[in-house]
Amino acid sequence: MTEADATWRRFDRRRRVGRFLALLVSAVVVVASWEFLEMGGVDAATVPREINDLLTRMYPPDVAYTGEIVGPLIETIHIAVLGTAGALVLAVPVALLAAKNTTPNAATYWLGKVIVTVSRSVNTIIWALFFVVIFGSGPLAGTVAIAFRSVGFLGKLLGEEIEEIDPGQVDAVRAAGASPVQTLLYGVVPQIKPALVGLSVYRWDINVRDSTVLGFVGAGGIGVQLFRGVNAFAWESVAMILLAILGVVVVSEVVSARTRAVVR
Amino acid sequence: MLEVENLRKTYATGDEALKGVSLSVEGNETVAMIGPSGAGKSTFIRCINRLTDPTDGKIRLDGTELTALEGDELRSVRRDIGMIFQEYNLVERLTVMENVLTGRLGYVSNWQAFRRQFPADDVERAYEILDRVGLGGMENKRVDELSGGQRQRVGIARAVIQQPKILLVDEPTSSLDPETSETVMTLLTDIAADRGIPVLINIHEVDLALNHADRVVGLHDGELVFEGTPADLDESGLDTVYRGADPDETPQVPRSDGDTARDGLDPSVPGGT
Repeated sequence: MTEADATWRRFDRRRRVGRFLALLVSAVVVVASWEFLEMGGVDAATVPREINDLLTRMYPPDVAYTGEIVGPLIETIHIAVLGTAGALVLAVPVALLAAKNTTPNAATYWLGKVIVTVSRSVNTIIWALFFVVIFGSGPLAGTVAIAFRSVGFLGKLLGEEIEEIDPGQVDAVRAAGASPVQTLLYGVVPQIKPALVGLSVYRWDINVRDSTVLGFVGAGGIGVQLFRGVNAFAWESVAMILLAILGVVVVSEVVSARTRAVVR
Repeated sequence: MLEVENLRKTYATGDEALKGVSLSVEGNETVAMIGPSGAGKSTFIRCINRLTDPTDGKIRLDGTELTALEGDELRSVRRDIGMIFQEYNLVERLTVMENVLTGRLGYVSNWQAFRRQFPADDVERAYEILDRVGLGGMENKRVDELSGGQRQRVGIARAVIQQPKILLVDEPTSSLDPETSETVMTLLTDIAADRGIPVLINIHEVDLALNHADRVVGLHDGELVFEGTPADLDESGLDTVYRGADPDETPQVPRSDGDTARDGLDPSVPGGT
């Protein structure tokens, strides 16, 4: 039996060095962040004590407080619904601009991309800060904030969905003499309909969660009570609010999953 | 009557798909355009209704020059040209009826289209045509539930309800099995004959072309290299179309390659499982 001397390496020398350097840089970045934030000095012994303390203060949740949070909770859901609906109305044209195959020209394509990026790069709570200044505190500011943040999300994902459609179906509709609007209605919309419904419901689900903290900056919803409770150290009320939010979020997630399964 | 004069198409990549093709189709004749893949058959058909814009040349439908038309004028000419596609190109998530009525979009407003409010005449004609193509009672099925043969029938119905002056057919059978191909071709030519309109069919299955066409034209590498009756198409004619006039050129597509491939899968062949 001859001695086998075949060698095989997945990466050549240059690639191996490159991979090692990449790993080294990643490690340096992580360590640098840790050092910068000076988080090394947490006294590990106090953590369990504090958790225990917090849980004791939160228990039992203040069930009597339920009456006061039903209203704000419903307001929260309404903010999410209206914000998502508004976003959807704005996102459809944005998606058409941001999709290479439906945008009229290069300028409109970039306009679409810019709207998507600006909307997405600003957090809902920061949009809310702006709109509280503009509209005053209350659910209107929160609703508009939700809509502005969601336009980017929906516009981007819908736009990607439009870019993926089968161009043959669009060709066939055009070939029959359809107008541009009719081509959209018959050639494009049916192809993206499941995504349209699925993404809207998914975004609504995210928005329900987002709108629970809008109250922190005075933009309406259950967050007002939550913020107040935390500031007043009313931990039993806070626990009740958190439980209620958990319930709403679970329900919205179930609704979202079911809806997406039904539409095909 | 369709007259195409010296049609050229050069794609942005520099590929010359059509190098000056002239062809007339008139009366109620069925013209089969044969040729190897990449010869420019699809480009030719797509240039006629301007799904692809030709680089140069003239296209006239009943005297209307349509290479320069835009907007409403172009759409109005497209209403008169029925097109049937290789992959059916039905709108998959719409019903059979919605797909058929798509052929009438050129005649209704955007709002009517959105509300699916088509004139009663159109709806009645849609039912008649569905019966004619053998899909009576299927109007509310979604087309993604249909078989390939049924889908192509919807495709035919959609083109026919346009009441076109000509039917353009792009490889109607290449996604279908041989038997269904035969029925679809018969249906297509029968319907065209009923209505007295000409048909231009791209097809690479030579046997189907010979059986169903009144006239055969051969396209090779963007040029028309054969024109005649099915009887005129002999071995040397086929050689010209599929291998090019230049004898040095290597063969590209052998005749009936599709059939050969199917023979290989014949379950009666010994050695099969």
